[in-house]
Amino acid sequence: MLYREAGDYKTSYVADSQTFPIKFDRYGYYVLLGFAFLVMPLIINDYWANSIVVPFLIYAIAALGLNILIGYCGQLSLGTGGFMAVGAYASYKMMTAFPELNIIFVIVLAGVVTAGVGVLFGLPSLRIKGFYLAVATLAAQFFLIWLFTRTAWFYNYSPTGMISAPTREIFGVPVTGPRASAVSMYMICLCFLVACAWLARNLTRGSIGRKWMAIRDMDIAAEIIGVNPLIAKLTAFAVSSFLVGISGALLFAVYLGAAEAGEAFGIDKSFLVLFMVIIGGLGSIFGAFAGAAFLIVGPVLLKLLLVNSLGWPTDLAAHLEIMIVGALIIVFLIVEPHGIAALWRTIKEKLRLWPFPY
Amino acid sequence: MKMTKLAATLAATMVVAGPTLAETLHFPSLSYRTGPFAAGGIPFADGYSDYLTLINERDGGIGGVPIRQTECETAYNTERGVECYQSIRNDNPLVLQPLSTGITYQLIPRTMEDGIPMHTMGYGRTSAVNGEVFNWTFNYPANYWDGASVIINYLLDENEGSLEGKKIALLYHNSAYGREPIPTLTRLGETHGYELVTIGVDSPGQEQGSQWLQIRRERPDYVVMWGWGVMNPTAIQEAANIRFPMENFIGVWWSGSQQDVRPVGSGAHGYKALAMHGTGMDYPIYADMQQYVIDAGKYAGTGDEVGTVLYSRGMYAAMLAVEAAKTAQEIHGVAAITPAMMRDGMANLEITEELMAELGLPNFGPAFSVACENHGGSGAAMIQQWDAEAGEWNLITDWISPDRDLIMEMAMDDSLAYAAENDITPACMN
Repeated sequence: MLYREAGDYKTSYVADSQTFPIKFDRYGYYVLLGFAFLVMPLIINDYWANSIVVPFLIYAIAALGLNILIGYCGQLSLGTGGFMAVGAYASYKMMTAFPELNIIFVIVLAGVVTAGVGVLFGLPSLRIKGFYLAVATLAAQFFLIWLFTRTAWFYNYSPTGMISAPTREIFGVPVTGPRASAVSMYMICLCFLVACAWLARNLTRGSIGRKWMAIRDMDIAAEIIGVNPLIAKLTAFAVSSFLVGISGALLFAVYLGAAEAGEAFGIDKSFLVLFMVIIGGLGSIFGAFAGAAFLIVGPVLLKLLLVNSLGWPTDLAAHLEIMIVGALIIVFLIVEPHGIAALWRTIKEKLRLWPFPY
Repeated sequence: MKMTKLAATLAATMVVAGPTLAETLHFPSLSYRTGPFAAGGIPFADGYSDYLTLINERDGGIGGVPIRQTECETAYNTERGVECYQSIRNDNPLVLQPLSTGITYQLIPRTMEDGIPMHTMGYGRTSAVNGEVFNWTFNYPANYWDGASVIINYLLDENEGSLEGKKIALLYHNSAYGREPIPTLTRLGETHGYELVTIGVDSPGQEQGSQWLQIRRERPDYVVMWGWGVMNPTAIQEAANIRFPMENFIGVWWSGSQQDVRPVGSGAHGYKALAMHGTGMDYPIYADMQQYVIDAGKYAGTGDEVGTVLYSRGMYAAMLAVEAAKTAQEIHGVAAITPAMMRDGMANLEITEELMAELGLPNFGPAFSVACENHGGSGAAMIQQWDAEAGEWNLITDWISPDRDLIMEMAMDDSLAYAAENDITPACMN
């Protein structure tokens, strides 16, 4: 019934290769976008925006970035936290060095800086693969955090080593710093997420994305058919780090407001984003969103349920939360190893035939 | 700021005018009972909660208005700290005590904007002593720079007034918290002629092999520690392993509780730490505590932390908060105070020895008073030493005063730099 492509005629190649070829999907996407941009800002309250939606949007960008590297290009990376820190510190240095620079450019440039760093640490991927590459990126994680905690220049010689985001405005509306309202924070994160998702989707279905997937599936075969592994792998590292850098900059400047490298961007961040990608579904844009929602929104909702609604002790709730989320991860990996995105695909298949399955 | 004041006044009139609102005083607790720092977070949260429960049960609240407690788990994690703050900020929280320097740094600008007072007792941003810049942040009765200075003054006493040619190693938790004393110790080193070696330990601090190797190589005369959570027992264990003389190993007040020394056993005998308040059960208040809270089964947590160092600290923090609320009620003549009124109470708080005795805590903490120019109290602290055989901390000095002139001078520089960065015109409120 739903998701039926019968009667949905395409008369051009462009129409046939669009992101949402099924009409129902496409309209759903437009409605969702309209809802996110027009309705959400009016109805969202401070707590929801600040504690649930904004971190979800930011982590979704990070998951998109890592998904390009792992899901599309097959290069395992454990350096996400470190790359997010690069984005955060780059944005901090630019915000303080050029106070006049618009925050949007600051965040995009922070992504560009991170892309450069990502390419640098992606160079070993030309020689090593799989677990060995994971170890190399793990080294990047520890090196970058070490660099940001030991080199005083990065935190402008502040005695505590904390960086804190000054107030910056877009069209006179503060989006960073303590005066930023929940709605303005929501809107800037949403705009970046939509732009990043659009970029990621269009890159992955174009020739670059095909090269990445060829490398992922079998790098020797890809090289034989003419894919340059140097360019393919390094572009994957660059694009992935660009997105991760943007999310790091947003996390620091918009959401946290103040951060220190070891605490905010430690190895646990790398694992968190990696879990998002794995649970959401490798090689899927939707998977990045689903994974981020599962691991960011899930625990907060669980906390609200256990502590605020049921009135359980906070420590018990915190421990239960770890256990429940951990158990759910295991259940997911057993029941649906390809992640929530694969689950969604199955549901879609079922919905196509519903209510008359054969 | 104007908007905040307006909003605060509006909120105040709403609370006073709205008879439908249940009149309670909301004291939130941003605690951490999980994670690598839970060993320190649990006793503090228990002490804080038990004292407020005692006030409710024994006195029926503050000025007749019952206290409402809420708890939010931060796990010492700044992201969860922000989430907790968001969940309570519209609920008229009278005072925030996050017990984390990292979370404090994040909340300082937000609380200033929202008009919610924050009390960081013995932690947080030291330069918040300048109340003209940090109107909403208080760090009485002592802060990190006081602590560093007290340790140096104590060592000066031990060495007949001169530390010339001595070598002091600072072993610190590599975070905003641990780096806080470095400027003070460096400055004092220039004055007193000792050499400072700073050695960072990455969080959480279970791995300290290389750091202690460095200490062995450097052979410092004294090791000063700024540690927290699991880092403390690990460091004391490592010191015992290399046979570092324990009496030359001094921790800050966050590195001096039972949880830190007990795991090391007899090896920890003689370890010293700062004490910003008394400890143990020899205070009259524990009779009431036993009667109204513990025997009544209304204690927080498991109730086995009563009387430990960090439990005492949580109790002390709650006591100062309750006294500030009383002061606020006196100033404004209103029983159901708002966060803005609470700030006035904190800014005019005066703790005397008579008051401490009256509260059942004689000589527990220093006598001090808070003023707009000084949100930091007296800064005095004592030195306590661990007796592993008896299993208790013994105070070995009286109150030692810090080098307050130097600290105020440094705090002034730092706070004015913050004011310039954030477009704040230094001024006292009201």
